[in-house]
Amino acid sequence: MLAELERLYQQALAELEAITDSVALDAWRIAHLGRKAPLMQAFGRMREIPPEERPQVGRRINELRDALQAAYEARAEALRQAELARALQEERLDVTLPGRPRPYGRLHPTTQTIRDIVGIFQSMGFQVFQSREVETDEYNFQLLNIPPHHPARDMQDTFYVATPGVDEDETPPVVLRTHTSPGQIHAMRHYAAQDPENPPPIRVVLPGMVFRYEQITARSEIQFTQVEGLAVGRHITFSDLKGTLTEWARRMFGPGARTRFRPSYFPFTEPSVEMDVECFLCGGKGCSVCKHTGWLEVLGAGMVHPVVLRNGGYDPERYSGFAFGMGPERITMLRHGIQDIRHFWRNDVRFLEQF
Amino acid sequence: MKVPLSWLKDYVDIPLSVEDLANLLTSLGLEVEAVRYVGLPMPPADARLDFKTSGLAWDPDKIVVAEVREVLPHPNADRLVLARVYDGQAEHQVVTGAPNLFAYKGQGSLDPPLKVAYAREGAVLLDPYNPGGTLRLKRRKIRGVESYSMVCSEKELGISDEHEGIILLDADAPTGVPLADYMGDAVFDIAITPNMARALGILGVAREVAAALGAPLRVPDTAVVMEGPPIEGRAEVRITDPDANPRFAVGLIEDVTLGPSPYEVQRRLKLAGMRPINNIVDATNYVMLEWGEPLHAFDYDILVERAGGQAPTIITRRARPGERLTTLDGEERVLPPYAVLVTDTAGPLSIAGVMGGAESEVRPTTRRVLLEAAVWDPITIRRVSKALKLTTEAAYRYQRGVHPALVEPALLRALELMRRWSGGTVAQGIVDRYPKPQRDPVNRFRPADIRRLLGLDLTATEIANLLRRLEFRVTVHDDGTIEAQTPPHRLDIGEGVVGIADLAEEIARLYGYDRIPATRLADELPPYLGLERARREDRIKDALVVLGLQEVITYRLTAPEREARATVAGEPRPDSEYVRLVNPIAHDRRVLRQTLLPNLLEVAERNARFVARQALFEWGPVFLPREEGLLPDEPQRLALLLTGPREDDFWAGAAAEAMDFYDLKGVLETLARALHLPQPLRFEPGEHPSMHPGKTARVLLGDKVLGHLGELHPQVKARYDFGPAAVLVAELDGCALRDALPDRFTLRPVPQFPPVIEDLAFVVDETVPAAAVEDAIRAGGGAYLRAVTLFDVYRGQNIGAGKKSLAYRVAYQAPDRTLSDKDAARIRKKIVKRVAREVGGVLRG
Ligand SMILES: [Zn+2]
Repeated sequence: MLAELERLYQQALAELEAITDSVALDAWRIAHLGRKAPLMQAFGRMREIPPEERPQVGRRINELRDALQAAYEARAEALRQAELARALQEERLDVTLPGRPRPYGRLHPTTQTIRDIVGIFQSMGFQVFQSREVETDEYNFQLLNIPPHHPARDMQDTFYVATPGVDEDETPPVVLRTHTSPGQIHAMRHYAAQDPENPPPIRVVLPGMVFRYEQITARSEIQFTQVEGLAVGRHITFSDLKGTLTEWARRMFGPGARTRFRPSYFPFTEPSVEMDVECFLCGGKGCSVCKHTGWLEVLGAGMVHPVVLRNGGYDPERYSGFAFGMGPERITMLRHGIQDIRHFWRNDVRFLEQF
Repeated sequence: MKVPLSWLKDYVDIPLSVEDLANLLTSLGLEVEAVRYVGLPMPPADARLDFKTSGLAWDPDKIVVAEVREVLPHPNADRLVLARVYDGQAEHQVVTGAPNLFAYKGQGSLDPPLKVAYAREGAVLLDPYNPGGTLRLKRRKIRGVESYSMVCSEKELGISDEHEGIILLDADAPTGVPLADYMGDAVFDIAITPNMARALGILGVAREVAAALGAPLRVPDTAVVMEGPPIEGRAEVRITDPDANPRFAVGLIEDVTLGPSPYEVQRRLKLAGMRPINNIVDATNYVMLEWGEPLHAFDYDILVERAGGQAPTIITRRARPGERLTTLDGEERVLPPYAVLVTDTAGPLSIAGVMGGAESEVRPTTRRVLLEAAVWDPITIRRVSKALKLTTEAAYRYQRGVHPALVEPALLRALELMRRWSGGTVAQGIVDRYPKPQRDPVNRFRPADIRRLLGLDLTATEIANLLRRLEFRVTVHDDGTIEAQTPPHRLDIGEGVVGIADLAEEIARLYGYDRIPATRLADELPPYLGLERARREDRIKDALVVLGLQEVITYRLTAPEREARATVAGEPRPDSEYVRLVNPIAHDRRVLRQTLLPNLLEVAERNARFVARQALFEWGPVFLPREEGLLPDEPQRLALLLTGPREDDFWAGAAAEAMDFYDLKGVLETLARALHLPQPLRFEPGEHPSMHPGKTARVLLGDKVLGHLGELHPQVKARYDFGPAAVLVAELDGCALRDALPDRFTLRPVPQFPPVIEDLAFVVDETVPAAAVEDAIRAGGGAYLRAVTLFDVYRGQNIGAGKKSLAYRVAYQAPDRTLSDKDAARIRKKIVKRVAREVGGVLRG
């Protein structure tokens, strides 16, 4: 009997070898490991062999059955793997076909740059302060130490707003603000109102739209944005101005950004400076963007003029401060190699979608 | 201002290259914008410079001072001559057509010879017939006579545009010397800021350079050879308004012969941007450019004639109503009443500080000159100059402020130059009226005041020395106080706390901005004042970007017609209802916008040519005039626009459908959720001048109307260049939206137990708004109703005409247990009852 079982065992293994699909494999399992399989029924035929051989035969039958079971499982796994491999092969995609387009929103480049600028100052303790775009002559000029007929008015060509009851040849009292600087007065007065005797220190940034009476060209616009900044306190110095703006430049343009300061003139600051940043496009070697100077003019600044401090409600004997202003469009143009400022308000999607 | 280097070097020794000097000037606040090289070597083309460069370097070997020894006729051409030229080495024959040599033709040997600028073969010159180009002198034949060199005009050398004749140098020009060594120059074009008015004379610029270099300043000699009879009794001056005219002085020079100034003077005037006229006028301009004090020359004999043969009296006064004057440019001008005039007993002579009159100006026949030096009120000059649209060198300087102390030295200097250049005799003495002497501020301060402003630790002595270099008279007292007397050429130094700030600037400038340390702000941090507006606006914009919208920023300036184009009526409102500009740059940008939609439509219209799908928004102010007060309201608005396919084209599947009303509504609903608005937005049928009457919703938050949402009215759409796809627009009150943003929000607990979900379809009349059905479901469902989602709207015969079926997926959920079927049935029953009662809805089997 044992010999017959051995033969059946060999035959079953051979059949298993030839099986390539799960249906045949199932049939094989029923034929060779099912209840009616010869090997399974061999236990029932134990009576046919001598009792002294029975333990040895029984052990051998168990061995053969376990071996067949193992062979079956190995085969089943191999078949599963083969089928999976085939399926994966069939599901293969052309990964070079384009992906499904996703609608994607963006902030306007000016907004993006303003956020970059403002974000850095916020991390230095500056708060955002907003003020109006249509201003009085008083706020836009006079309180900033630019009295009527001051030559500095030539520096800012102004849009005047018609005001009922004001003659054509009188200087109209309302203007579109030519700079964000009137916000300095608004901010100082806002803060000073907290405690007029001992006004609190101020650190604000004032982003906003400003207007100039100019022809619209590749280099000049009738409206553009500015980010103004103002720090007022009891111990604020010109060296703080330098340190703060240098630090801003490093965070804005990279840790290696070098800066330089040149004297300048603004009626509402004294001393006044202009800050240049070493050209980040050519590393200072000179290129067309920096007009071969190696430097880019990025902002004007200065110590707040005593008259302006006083107009804001801060005693210039006790308080000092610095202010600065810069143009986000100009900075955006420098950073991205934009040649024409008119792109900003034209809002051509082919321009906007690149940001 | 244009400053020739040679001129600047009259007053200060400058051991610097042209480029280093330019940088020094810029570092002093005298920004050099450009340098024009007029003979001196130019920097290499790839040099890193902070200013523009132009001009021509004169090759010292090829361009030299030479002398014309004889002028001969050209054998074959009447319009050419041959010049016998000696260049210090040899004689050359030069063919030239210079008209100013013709007078010497055939006169034989010239003694003294004429001094000229001579260019040898191979010299590079500017090409007079090709602006910006150069040419190299080559050997060739001109009308049969060999030519290889030339005598130059100013144009070929880049001095001026003068090309009519050749340069005739002054007689003392040294023959054979390279021209670049003799008169090679560089002209600095300096942008003078209003606080730098003292540098509107070259002497003023020299003073700054001297201060920076620590070098002595050579002030021009003001000694005058006065050999004529005294001026006393021959001219009188009367000032009627010292505020308008703080100082007025005159001098007299007689027996002048008008003629050209020395060549060197003419060359300098040209380099400085002025046209030489004659030796008298040139002297006034030369001294103005030197000192910054404008001067005016009158023909004295005309003044005497106007005074009826008497000694003239000059009277300065305000203009009388309707007074007129013909200025020396030949224009008759009506003078505004605030103008100040220089007059005599016969009437106006000149517009003070702006322009002289035609009648009394010097002319070729003038023999006696009364020379005026005066100072005028800057504001008056500015107003007059603006009103008459007359911008002159004098007005430019007076507007910025001329120190009255300059009157006397400038007058004397000009008298002496006139004497030398015109051969006249100067009358003894001057008439000088100075009723309102300038008080030059004295500032007292301590080093601590400077440290407080600059963060720079300087001793009193260091500060004193810096200021002394700028000619402040400084005393350091024992207690450490510094006392600084402002020098009598500056009007920009104030007093008290302003004066100290002014001095701090001078100290910083001379010390060097780059040497001042850079420090971090150490001052106390300001209190937080809750300026939340900007942060909330950022949140709104961010949410819209996440929703796939592109931000645009458009012009605040527009025109009523542009806004009307976006309305069905198309009727522009009058300009008077807008914030209107007095001086618009263009007719279609003359008022401030009152809505964002028209701009957004214009943007979309332009872009429609390039892209099918657009999703745009703008956040920004509109400008609404107010009944009272000068200033308009500037409320923020939010406008949105969608048009085109819901998705961009893709290679698999059908093309996406065009976006419709519900796309934009979905954006607003999601925006409201993203912003955690305390309650959902409500939408009611609405009306809007730009929108389709049947596809417009009023958007409400609580009881507050936020704005409108809708499809663009077909008639409005037809006015724009749009494709067939619907254009969906919305405009909302940005301030209300912003202010509705909660500072914080509380989370609902995340459910622990599963919901029971079932679908309920109700048949209602067509007229019943979906929102009413949903409200009824919510009211009926009570606390356990978790979610209601409309998933189908069906119309068909089997539910009857005039009816619609709305299918909702509803979820019931309890916080503390799993709801049973019985619970669900109870809730459903309440919902069905409520829907039946409130909107007449019937549950569909
Ligand atoms: Zn560069």
